[in-house]
Amino acid sequence: MSLPARIVTLLVAFAAVVAGAVFIVVHYLGSSLAVVNYSPEASGGVVNVVMQEDPQNSVSSRPDWVSYFVQDPKTKAWVHTTLFQVPANTRVNMTILGYDGCTPLRNNFFSKVQGTIGGGMTVQQFKTVGKPLGAPRRYSVLNSWSNCSVGHTFAIPSLHVYVPMASPNTALFNSSACGASPCTSGPHSVMKFSFMTPKTTGTFRWQCFVPCGGGFLDGNGGPMQTLGFMMGNMEVSA
Amino acid sequence: MAESQAPAAPGAPEKAGPNHGMRIFLIWIVLALVADLLIWFLWYPHLPPGRMTESARHQQFDIAVLGLAAAPVMLFVWTYFGYTLINWRHRDGDDDDGPPLFGHTGIQASWIAGTAVIVLAAFVFGTVELIVPDGAGAGEGPNPVWKPSGSNVLQVQVIGQQWQFTYRYPQFGGMESTQLLLPLNRPVAFHVTSLDVIHSFWAYQLGVKADANPGVDNVAYTTTRQLGGFTVRCSELCGIWHGAMFDSGQVVTPTTFLAWATRTQSIERRQGVLAALPPYALSYDPTVIPQLGQQVVKVAGITGANGYYYPPSDPVAP
Repeated sequence: MSLPARIVTLLVAFAAVVAGAVFIVVHYLGSSLAVVNYSPEASGGVVNVVMQEDPQNSVSSRPDWVSYFVQDPKTKAWVHTTLFQVPANTRVNMTILGYDGCTPLRNNFFSKVQGTIGGGMTVQQFKTVGKPLGAPRRYSVLNSWSNCSVGHTFAIPSLHVYVPMASPNTALFNSSACGASPCTSGPHSVMKFSFMTPKTTGTFRWQCFVPCGGGFLDGNGGPMQTLGFMMGNMEVSA
Repeated sequence: MAESQAPAAPGAPEKAGPNHGMRIFLIWIVLALVADLLIWFLWYPHLPPGRMTESARHQQFDIAVLGLAAAPVMLFVWTYFGYTLINWRHRDGDDDDGPPLFGHTGIQASWIAGTAVIVLAAFVFGTVELIVPDGAGAGEGPNPVWKPSGSNVLQVQVIGQQWQFTYRYPQFGGMESTQLLLPLNRPVAFHVTSLDVIHSFWAYQLGVKADANPGVDNVAYTTTRQLGGFTVRCSELCGIWHGAMFDSGQVVTPTTFLAWATRTQSIERRQGVLAALPPYALSYDPTVIPQLGQQVVKVAGITGANGYYYPPSDPVAP
């Protein structure tokens, strides 16, 4: 092989390796998920964020994966993403609708509500949208091992925020669980809690600690480790 | 015409050349002395991982000693190399062969003896430095050989799970926390385990590093010696968010620690957290809820979201 041919071959091989690496980074590690921006909605140092977690999703190529959805504050439409943006040094009033059934925590310590303002949260059960099953109740611990009561968690480890997500009434869930996502009907729980965003900007990872990702006894699989499902980022802006 | 050189007169002494060996030795001994002084007085105090604990101190000392030993060796090679380049390089018009080389039993024996002494010294030094600081902050497995003496060892269980470390304090009712606080001047036994995959507990400034294996109690010891903060990282690739598995801890005064631990224990008892936690054990089986006395998968009513802890074959992992 002549010298020019060898040089060309070498360059082509090098370019192929670089292209492969770029593809892996962009395709597997990068994210094209939408970021729901709550920052413009903040007022008086407070912003309201609304999310829901569903037993499945009918909007992705992984329909059997449990998933969070984030509500667009302007259109009120549910967006299949786990990325949202909030301002720094702001009180975030979280409302999370829990449509998914219970799964016991691997570490029941995360039954304890931590890092929220006042150290607790309120939970209200609904038979379906608009039909509450009693008044909201305040919890500082929601024991996932006692009453089949926890479906997921919303946790931002770097901010020491850990909140167990109550599951709907078990009997109602087993008979009439929401079957299409984003859920707009069916038994669910509504959790409300607040926490402060840090004074500095940055990206803060949040995750679920319930082993809710199908197929993995040891370790978090599928949706548990995938952005857009049970893993997300809270982007704190200036 | 070639320049003729008059032969030396018979019986006249040959002109003595420079003593290269002595030159090299003198250059080397000066450089080595300077390097070792710099290492000891300038570098050593700033070497990682610092002096926050006994194990960290020993690790810092070990690195300094290895630096002291390695610098003269390295400098001898460099000195000899530089001297050779300067004095025995090829010069224009010099086509003579170099002097013949012959074996030298003394040099060979010295070399073998010298390297043997260095290796044996490193072996003895390393062994002593592993034993004296109670395992040097490394995980010794479930049956540690080197333990701190005394009965005031603080027991701290480190529980790894994707992607967070939590800490249980069995001497405080088995309370659990996401914060790692340690009292000053107290020996600590870390019992490192995992609830899912293999992690590794690496408290960098404490000089402590131990793998967290599911179902295994991996014990590491240290003794705190300085107040301040330290970093905790997972140092075993444990999944796609392994890089996000880090945290920080604090070495605080014994009074502050006692106040924090008793307050946390009291809160967790009052809130029912202690009752919700499994009884303290050296490792945990995440498929079992001890309070219910049966496997999770057999607990009636625990369904939904595919319902329970998945047996390895249900559903098949992608």
